[in-house]
Amino acid sequence: MTETLGGGETVVFWVLGPIALAGALGMVLSRNAIHSALWLVNTMLALGVFYVVQEAPFLGAVQIIVYTGAIMILFLFVLMLVGRDSSDSVVETLRGQRVAAILLGFGFAGLVGAGIAEATRDLPAGGLGDEGGIGNIPAIAESLFTDYLLAFEVTSALLITAAVGAMVLAHIEREPGSRRTQKELSRARFLTSDQPQTHPGPGVFARANSVAVPAILPDGSRSEASLATGIEPEDPDEMPRPTGRRQLGSPDAALGTLDPAPLDGNDR
Amino acid sequence: MDVLPAEGLLAASWLLIALPLAGAAVLLLGGRRTDRWGHLLGTATVVAAFVLALLCTFQLAGLDEPSVGVDLFTFISAGDLDVEMGLLYDPLSAVFVLLITGVGSLIHIYSIGYMAHDPARRRFFAYLNLFVAAMLLLVLGNSFVALYVGWEGVGLASYLLIAFWYTRPAAATAAKKAFIMNRVGDVGLALAIFLMFAQLGTTSFEGVFGTVGTLAGGTITAMGLLLLLGACGKSGQFPLQAWLPDAMEGPTPVSALIHAATMVTAGVYLIARSAPIYDLTETARTVVMAIGALTLLIGAIAGCAYDDIKKVLAYSTVSQIGYMFLAVGLGPAGYVAGLAHLLAHGFFKAGLFLGAGSVMHAMNDQVDMRRYGGLWKKLPVTFVTFGLGYLALIGFPFLAGYFTKDAIIEATFDRDDWLGWTFGGIAVLAAGLTAFYMTRLMLMTFFGRARWEDGVHPHESPAVMTVPMVVLAVGSVFSGALLVSIFPLSDWMEPVFGEPEEAAHVIAPATIGIALTAIMLLGVLAAWLFVGRREVPVTAPVRVSPITRAARHGLYADAVNESLFMRPGQWLTRALVWVDNRGVDGAVNGLAATLGGSSSRLGRAQTGFVRTYALGMLGGAVLVAGALLAVTAG
Amino acid sequence: MTLTYYLVLAAILFTIGAVGVLVRRNAIVVFMCVELMLNSVNLTLVTFARATGTIDGQIMAFFVMVVAAAEVVVGLAIIMSIYRTRRSASVDDANLLKY
Repeated sequence: MTETLGGGETVVFWVLGPIALAGALGMVLSRNAIHSALWLVNTMLALGVFYVVQEAPFLGAVQIIVYTGAIMILFLFVLMLVGRDSSDSVVETLRGQRVAAILLGFGFAGLVGAGIAEATRDLPAGGLGDEGGIGNIPAIAESLFTDYLLAFEVTSALLITAAVGAMVLAHIEREPGSRRTQKELSRARFLTSDQPQTHPGPGVFARANSVAVPAILPDGSRSEASLATGIEPEDPDEMPRPTGRRQLGSPDAALGTLDPAPLDGNDR
Repeated sequence: MDVLPAEGLLAASWLLIALPLAGAAVLLLGGRRTDRWGHLLGTATVVAAFVLALLCTFQLAGLDEPSVGVDLFTFISAGDLDVEMGLLYDPLSAVFVLLITGVGSLIHIYSIGYMAHDPARRRFFAYLNLFVAAMLLLVLGNSFVALYVGWEGVGLASYLLIAFWYTRPAAATAAKKAFIMNRVGDVGLALAIFLMFAQLGTTSFEGVFGTVGTLAGGTITAMGLLLLLGACGKSGQFPLQAWLPDAMEGPTPVSALIHAATMVTAGVYLIARSAPIYDLTETARTVVMAIGALTLLIGAIAGCAYDDIKKVLAYSTVSQIGYMFLAVGLGPAGYVAGLAHLLAHGFFKAGLFLGAGSVMHAMNDQVDMRRYGGLWKKLPVTFVTFGLGYLALIGFPFLAGYFTKDAIIEATFDRDDWLGWTFGGIAVLAAGLTAFYMTRLMLMTFFGRARWEDGVHPHESPAVMTVPMVVLAVGSVFSGALLVSIFPLSDWMEPVFGEPEEAAHVIAPATIGIALTAIMLLGVLAAWLFVGRREVPVTAPVRVSPITRAARHGLYADAVNESLFMRPGQWLTRALVWVDNRGVDGAVNGLAATLGGSSSRLGRAQTGFVRTYALGMLGGAVLVAGALLAVTAG
Repeated sequence: MTLTYYLVLAAILFTIGAVGVLVRRNAIVVFMCVELMLNSVNLTLVTFARATGTIDGQIMAFFVMVVAAAEVVVGLAIIMSIYRTRRSASVDDANLLKY
């Protein structure tokens, strides 16, 4: 006697089921890898809802938090590092691979689907019932920490191993001292470039911190709107500049000394 | 007649074999260190064996029942087959032992001089000693198996000695030919031994001769014919005679000892020893006689046309052994006559060969008689000894051959049936031919104008070579009279062959003697007319009669052998090689190629791409799912 | 609808993931398809837990998630180190395991 499920569940299934399917297909068919990841996120969220509907709220929450929130984000990190630019070309290099894959896919789906459908036609939806009145999470906890304790411990060891392994795999061995420190980089920047500070963003370009100097627009023209009223505009190239650099000569000579540059009367 | 256990010196008769065998072992294993005195040791062992043989024979002569056995050791003991190795010293083996060691000693002494300039002289003496040891085992063995061991041993020694100068292709080929043709004969002997064991359960002389009478007539005839096949192989009789002339490639002492006096007479010894078997089968005896008669004619005809002095003597040997076969084929009447001729032939043929060696030594190893001529002045001793041997061979009255050949022809005619008349007539005709070709040889070699090549200065041989020749010449002269009339061999052999029956002579002996002498003189005259009176051409004439041409090719025996056996054998081996290469190798290589090809073709399925393998996995999963569904649904 | 529908949906998702593994060349996308297959199995487990009325199915699904997390960590680290050496993340580059 087939036990049909309730109307609400039916609606949820028929809405989210196609969404999950679409997400899976989108993942497989997208050219851009980031798009694939996002389609998979879509499918996983739909599956999370399915778990909740199927009297497994804990699992649904874990699915969304861990699977979607952690694992898929990890995927996206790596995609940003690696594969954002490497999109698959459309041309298939192996002859007949696509055709065979699609045929086999249909065959497999048909066989397994039909087989399962046939085998589970009379599967009663027993439901988890009251679970002894303790609720889903305590029931899971009870089973997990008594019947499956060994598996739990082993899995935790597995997680630690995986983390350590990932660190080892991702480690890049560098010569000691080959990486230039923050201090060295900063020093070099200040001593050798005209504008050591952070360069302004696009748009209005202020070349000095004086209100008398007009800003430059992206096309190179002066922006009259940046001038303060009642002040004579000044040309920044004729303004005095710090002399420490001139007195020191080459930038390389500056490296290695921590003494401040000598002052002369032209300081501003 | 019973065989007594040996006592006294006869118990040490195994030393007769052991001494030369030890000599051979020392010389072969000692190597070059023994080069300086090797020849002396080799000669000493054989001379010592001769002295011991004399003493043993004297002791044997003093016994009432002169048939003595010495047990040595058990050779084979397997199931029903029990072969004891032992010696039998009776009158028959005694005469052979004396012949082998006596003539052997003389030839060893001769070889010291003949091989003086050969660096491998020590090896020569080692092989000669090996031969003497094997031949003595052959004649002294007390069973057919012991005889067979010696038989094979002399075959081996003959091979080693013919190919002594093994770097010469002709010598190596001749040795191979001799060995192979010997082998063909040995098959007969081996089959006869198997037959004896299968039918009688024993192979010793005592056992076989005692029980052979119980066999069916056909079996006895078969045994006799098989033994005859073995004898033909070893003695160079038709159809296995082609190896003997080729065996002249060996050094002349080898030709003298092995291919004149001793090894080729082993066949006659075998038939004489197997007398109890042959006495029971008329058919086999007739075949023996026929073979003997045919061979003596072939040898005589072929000997007339060769220019190589050694080949003429070789064909003469073939012919004379034909006489001996004819004699032993006669049965009890002829054994003694055949053996007497054998002993006399041993003397004069060995002497002739040694003389030929002396001539070759003088003429720088030239064998072509057309290059000889007028040597009687330069080589006087050789001439005299050779001449005496020649006279003995052709049957000059009162020399050795006269008595012994006479006895054989007499015994043949005494049969008084068509076989006796036919074979006797052939023997008489061959005697004439013998006289012809030997006289031709004498005339071409010693008389006439000197036709020597440039740079040849004939000189007499040293004493170490001439003394043995003289001794043998003396033997040639007197041995016939001694053996037939003065100390009759028939009396000595009575313990072995029984009472000599005084057959009714169809033709008076004196008549036969006169007739033979007349034929001989006719032959000598013909030779003088055709060869002696005219100038001997230095190169052989090309236009000759068909018979001469046939005789020059040994009556085409080699051609027949080649077409009947050699060519089919070659085709067979080539066909087998082809089958092996194409068939067997083809199958194996084809299999390997198939496997290799298919594996490389299958290997292309491994593209290396992970996705292909994943496709395979998915395909497999589909198959498994389908199978599961089919099983559960069906 | 019955529980069968969930199972069929899971089977279809599984197949889509399998086909994606075969067809895509970017290693990370292939990895994501494997994750999709694991998720479909999780759905099946949860459905059967509901059908049989025991909590074991959910426990198994939980463990699957944990292990999948560990696997993703290590797998992505591997892909990154491969990318650093080869400057390419295509699965077709590792094609030496052949005849």
